[in-house]
Amino acid sequence: MQVKSTQVKEPLLRMVKRDTLSPRKAWGIRGIAFLLSLITGGVLILILGHNPFLVYKAMVVGSWGSSTVIHETVKLAVPLLITAIGISFAFKMKFWNIGAEGQILVGAVAAGAFGLFTAHIFPKLPLVILMLFAGMTAGGLYGLLPAVCKAKWGTNETLFTLMLNYIALAFVKYLMNGPWKAPGSSFPKIAMLVPGARLSKVLGVHWGWILALILVVAAYIYFNKTKQGYEIAVVGESNNTARYAGINVSRVFTRTMFLSGALCGLVGMLQFAGADYTITEGTAGGVGFTAITVAWLAKMNPIGMLGVSVFIAMLERGANTIQTNFKIPASASDLLIGIILFFMLGCEFFVTYRLIFRGKEEQHA
Amino acid sequence: MTALFLEVYKTVGKRKEEEGLGEATDYAVRMHHVTKTFGKVVANKNVDLELKNGEILALLGENGSGKTTLMNMLSGIYFPDHGEIEIHGTPVTIRSPRDAFDLGIGMIHQHFKLVDVMTAAENIILGLDGKTTVNRKEINKKVGELASRYGFETDPAKKIYNMAVSEKQTVEILKVLFRGADILILDEPTAVLTPQETKKLFAVLRNMKADGKSIIIITHKLNEVMAISDRVAILRKGEYIGVVETAATNQAQLTEMMVGRPISLAIDRPKRECGEERLEVIGLTCLNGEGVKTLDNVSFTTYSGEILGVAGIAGSGQKELCEAIAGLCPTIAGSVLYSGECEGENCVSRERILGLKPDEIVKKGISMAFVPEDRLGMGLVAGMDMTDNVMLRSYKNKKGFLVDRKTPKNVAEKLIEELEIVTPGVETPVGRMSGGNVQKVLLGREIALSPSVLIVAYPVRGLDINSSYRIYDLLNEQKKKGVSVIFIGEDLDVLMELSDRIMVLCGGKVSGIVDPREVTKEDIGLMMIHVEEEVPVCK
Repeated sequence: MQVKSTQVKEPLLRMVKRDTLSPRKAWGIRGIAFLLSLITGGVLILILGHNPFLVYKAMVVGSWGSSTVIHETVKLAVPLLITAIGISFAFKMKFWNIGAEGQILVGAVAAGAFGLFTAHIFPKLPLVILMLFAGMTAGGLYGLLPAVCKAKWGTNETLFTLMLNYIALAFVKYLMNGPWKAPGSSFPKIAMLVPGARLSKVLGVHWGWILALILVVAAYIYFNKTKQGYEIAVVGESNNTARYAGINVSRVFTRTMFLSGALCGLVGMLQFAGADYTITEGTAGGVGFTAITVAWLAKMNPIGMLGVSVFIAMLERGANTIQTNFKIPASASDLLIGIILFFMLGCEFFVTYRLIFRGKEEQHA
Repeated sequence: MTALFLEVYKTVGKRKEEEGLGEATDYAVRMHHVTKTFGKVVANKNVDLELKNGEILALLGENGSGKTTLMNMLSGIYFPDHGEIEIHGTPVTIRSPRDAFDLGIGMIHQHFKLVDVMTAAENIILGLDGKTTVNRKEINKKVGELASRYGFETDPAKKIYNMAVSEKQTVEILKVLFRGADILILDEPTAVLTPQETKKLFAVLRNMKADGKSIIIITHKLNEVMAISDRVAILRKGEYIGVVETAATNQAQLTEMMVGRPISLAIDRPKRECGEERLEVIGLTCLNGEGVKTLDNVSFTTYSGEILGVAGIAGSGQKELCEAIAGLCPTIAGSVLYSGECEGENCVSRERILGLKPDEIVKKGISMAFVPEDRLGMGLVAGMDMTDNVMLRSYKNKKGFLVDRKTPKNVAEKLIEELEIVTPGVETPVGRMSGGNVQKVLLGREIALSPSVLIVAYPVRGLDINSSYRIYDLLNEQKKKGVSVIFIGEDLDVLMELSDRIMVLCGGKVSGIVDPREVTKEDIGLMMIHVEEEVPVCK
């Protein structure tokens, strides 16, 4: 028997699902992944002919070094955070809303309809409230469309929401070139919001950041403590079970997608009235897609999304800084962000699974 | 002393024989001291298993005793932590299902792994090496030949989504045979079959045995063990208890080995109080997606304090009947009338509940509990913990925007205690619990609603003896409380022992309502395939 057993070889590498992992270990793994991503990124920087330590330092200083850059970082984080919360409403019920971009644009346009053309009629406060409601309603309705179609005819929400993005984008282009073109401008652009109607600043950034923080808490309570949040979770797990429990699945679909779209529409309004003061094709600027990463990395937990969105905003801000400071091309700094995100997403595999190498099992058992 | 010497001598002799002859060994499979752990859970502990060439070995054990885990190691899905496996006398390493196939081991899983939109033959050749083009005609012919050789009835060109469960199982078995497997493992194959289909399957298994195949069949149905196997190996709590010749044992002995203590196999049928009318179903008719009648003019009445058994071949309209009453399946004709309990002079008037959604039925103050066939896909949410599952049916009762988790948590804790549910705690997702415990959670929750009508569909499917008897007891308790129980069953023996009346369905029609004390199993079997004076509608 002894002789024969040498022929019997264990596989070189095996994947075993972890039973439970203490949070401390899980964070240990994430920490290691972050370090490894910095090292890998460092190699890239070395190849470009720069000192990785200086570049990394510049990234941190560039995003947190002074109140001006902190304002910029927060300005980037706010739309990411609110959008991530918005889409997590849909994602929790396994409704793949990848149409946040479109919902943001539509929200911005609706806010713009009031902001640009009724600023001379209304005083500031009612105007802002009007823009807020218009943005949220428009975004909500734009999100409602795929939900109604899915509930009625079973359409695919992924394709549907994606296509709606392009429609919204084309509509903005049409407004820029046609009816909303700024008077006297030689190239297509929409006029600026008058300074009197712009969102007030609190600690240097428009008050959207306070709203975002409130939304984090509100979304957390909604998901975990309310009946509607519970219904979303049940529908997400199984439509059949939901029907069995007497939950009206179509109503949950439509209600939740309205909320999801409304939050994205709110982002559009904030970007228009608080950050850009105008509407362009870049108003959404990929936020709708980056927010998907944020929501997933945070595992749909609003509090986690706060951390992740600030982190990603910092990376983007930092990447900007090193472009100007070190003349590192934009593509390379984007690559750096990509490397860090790759490691952070990839390490989740090691949080869920562990690998066993040949002959190493005894120590584990 | 002499005896000991003899024993040693025998062992040495046997070993010599194996080592010397290799191929000529009697054993198709030998597993020696196999251990497998998942985290802290020991699924198999030093298990030995021997399968002789050309025999049918039954692997018997309660739920969670490690039968499936052991077989998954043989078929390359899991890799053992310790222990050796020999196939035809040669030590081997099985790293993947591919390795297992190469060694001639084929496993038919409880949950089928078939591509719905493909035909039987396409599924069978899927994943096999071959030319870039597929000659469907030739493959259909080959598959057809293979099927007729063992006595299967199947159409190789039929699409999977058009197939009944038993047909899908046939395809799974053919898939394994087509790959040239000579060691077959069947994981609870009869759990999804009717008595007739089971007989057919057993005939096929005997044909395969005659053809020299070695077969392991995982089961916990004792009468099937007695009917089909040559030897029985018993596992209990992951440990190997022993192996016995089927001919030299009986059900009582097997039960004792499996459970660890002798238990009675008789089902109690408490005397039925003369109850009042509870549900009246009149002319219920349902269509499925293709416009075929799944229920056809079904009429019957249930009474409080009785168990109405519903018998019938799988797919005779049982699912639709339950779901139509529970408000989950649209109907085209008929009505369901509910009469509430009478308190003194106060009788709740007869309410028409057909066409109402589940929540609307609840709003009328009617407490109807329903344990659906698909436990984790419909009755429970697999990814949620017990608390969240317990409140699934009652979370709306509390007014306001927020949910109350305290009450359901208390209910969950009470259920764990009263029904002896084995789980690390109320926070464990129910999907991680074993089948018997999942069913206890589901039935426990429904009973906690203190229903006046309780509909249970296949409540003991896939459950071990202990859990099954616990479920029967629970149903009897409800009956004594005056609940009108509708019990959809598949095991005729159980139906006949437990029910006060049995309604037999055939092709969506009621072929009769009988008293189980006055008819035989065969009578009911006949009713399952014939509706009075009509051409048989069921296949």
